[in-house]
Amino acid sequence: MPLLWLRVATVLYGVGLIHAILMLRQKGERSGRIAAPAVGLGMVFHFVSLVEVAGLHGYAELVSIRHAESALALFIALIFTAMYLRYKTASPAALIFPLIFILTFASALSEHHLTITSSSIFGGWIFFHVCTLIFGYAMLFLSFVSSLLYLVLSRQLKLKQASPWASRMPALQEIDELGYKALLLGFPFMTIGLLAGSVVAEERFGATFVTDPKVLLSLLMWAIYLTLLYTRWSAGWRGRKAAYLASVGFIVSVCAWGANYMSKLHRFIAP
Amino acid sequence: MNFFVLGVNHKTAPVEVRERFAIPEARLPEALAKLTSMDGVEEGMIVSTCNRVEIFARSQNGHCDLQQFVREYFGFSAGEYEPYIFEHEKLDAVKHVFRVASSLDSMVVGESQILGQVKEAYATARALGTVNSQLDQLLTRAFAVAKKVRNETTIASSSVSIASVAVELAEKIFGSLAGKSVYLVGAGKMCELAARHLIAHGAKKIYVGNRTFDRAVALANKFDGEAIPFERLYDTVPWADIIISSTGAPHAIFRKEHGEKFLHARKNRPMFFIDIAVPRDIDPGLNDLDGIFVYNIDDLQQVVQSHIGDRRKEAVRAEVLVDEEVRRFEQRAQTAEVVPTIVSLQQHLENLRQAELDRVRGRLGTLSPEQEMAVEALTRGIINKIMHTPITTLKSAAHDPGSTTVIDVVRKLFNLQPEQSQETPAVSPAPAPQPERKAVVAVPEATPALVKQNQK
Repeated sequence: MPLLWLRVATVLYGVGLIHAILMLRQKGERSGRIAAPAVGLGMVFHFVSLVEVAGLHGYAELVSIRHAESALALFIALIFTAMYLRYKTASPAALIFPLIFILTFASALSEHHLTITSSSIFGGWIFFHVCTLIFGYAMLFLSFVSSLLYLVLSRQLKLKQASPWASRMPALQEIDELGYKALLLGFPFMTIGLLAGSVVAEERFGATFVTDPKVLLSLLMWAIYLTLLYTRWSAGWRGRKAAYLASVGFIVSVCAWGANYMSKLHRFIAP
Repeated sequence: MNFFVLGVNHKTAPVEVRERFAIPEARLPEALAKLTSMDGVEEGMIVSTCNRVEIFARSQNGHCDLQQFVREYFGFSAGEYEPYIFEHEKLDAVKHVFRVASSLDSMVVGESQILGQVKEAYATARALGTVNSQLDQLLTRAFAVAKKVRNETTIASSSVSIASVAVELAEKIFGSLAGKSVYLVGAGKMCELAARHLIAHGAKKIYVGNRTFDRAVALANKFDGEAIPFERLYDTVPWADIIISSTGAPHAIFRKEHGEKFLHARKNRPMFFIDIAVPRDIDPGLNDLDGIFVYNIDDLQQVVQSHIGDRRKEAVRAEVLVDEEVRRFEQRAQTAEVVPTIVSLQQHLENLRQAELDRVRGRLGTLSPEQEMAVEALTRGIINKIMHTPITTLKSAAHDPGSTTVIDVVRKLFNLQPEQSQETPAVSPAPAPQPERKAVVAVPEATPALVKQNQK
């Protein structure tokens, strides 16, 4: 059943995504009329699916890669909802929905029951590690989306050709503050999450765990996160420079997430 | 549906003519009194603004000569004003009122002022009692249509003046303008106007820099702002978020290198430069810098033009909405026409029933409550069955153009009293001839006599 709910949610997210893309050039807030309810309903199914998973297999199951992806997607959808309610615009949908859709789709597609190998590490540490990192990833993604939105909107303002899409966007400074706050909020979570992961890995694999590609990519991601924060705080980096840096950060974070499939230590193996 | 509109507006008459038609607010009561005293005019109101003077009226008998009012009230001779006026009646008049209130007939389509002006004219007429029934309904509906047009189209969502476009752009960059500071470089009239708009939208601090310091002080005092000597211009500009420049300098006073310094001083916080000077005060290269947005007078004008174009497109959608509403209004009015007939038919049959019941009550003797109820149900049932077909026919006929004939037939068949305030002459049936009336068993007035006879 949880898989069925998840697939229903995927379809609904897909509807939202298609509509958000089709409505890019439309005037008014029509994009929100279908996209927002579709995604809202999708989130309900999604939530039910995750609750059922937890009910059937226990909370620990949620840290398996499939459900972690699913949980991250739901979390990002929640952030989108918060933005929609706060800024009364569904415009960022075109940037946010693809990721929600891909994550949910990947999660809904996998038939394998992937889970972490050793039961000994099903401790609170791992659960804590996964939850904080999901939050950190979501915030990093949010700041990436914000910097892209900032870039697009400022370009349109400079070219003096405001598209209908731009006219529905929140103001430049609001987007900027949103991205900065996401960075500020996400950074501690990412740091703590990585530390928690390190503690578990150190205990299990010894100091050599650092050379694992997943660990290296995660560290790189953390370093970029830090750089983003530092340049924003000290020199007020916005616009192009910040968007480039945030894009690099996003690519690295996708690689770090994808490394789950390659890493020797950080693996999810079918039972 | 006997509505009439006569008037002059910006489309039909030049200002020299419109001003001769204008009725100042103080003289409106007198004009309205004169209007409603005209032959056939039942209700009336007058909208007098700089772009239009329009008379809305409703007549009782389907005819009213508003031109006569114009001749008598303004003292025009025949032929003097005819080429400039327009007239609408019935549904066209309804549509016109809807279009005016929705600002589709305005010079700048979608502007919001006209709705307020029509509302004011309506309030005045209502207070004087010259608008009280159907014209009241028409206007109330027109306000609802205007609201619908505003909500369902984007006709009024964009700015169409230079100053309001500047405010809109500033809001697109900074969000709320609350607490933002504005720097006026040059103390010209345009600067002042733009600054007033920005302050009205929340801008807090105003700095004024001008080559003649006294003029800077004078302008700064108007806004409770701060005058700054021109030599300190480059050091102080980074304090402001929005810079409006309109000096008479022959060359650019802000160049790219200045922009870089400003951004450094502001830690890259965005700046919005509005250049309303010709020749330009701001080098266009400044716009290439991340975080600096430069708009000159042509850019602003271009935005205004594109917004006007958008409004025209939206106006097409709004017209469709208005047409729909006119149709709905017509249907409602037609339904309203059959309602009095249905009510009097029901009343008539109920009176017959009561009279017949009273007549036979003596013969029935004492009835138990159950029997009483059975008799009630029986008689009511018969009446309802008889009424069913005429009422459904009337209801369905309401939407047909031939509804008046059906109303007429039903009234004649059942010998119903003609409506006192029937709107159209076609609807009012001729009073039924007396002999026919006698053929009917009981007319309400005759009931007591009949009852008495039976009791004897």
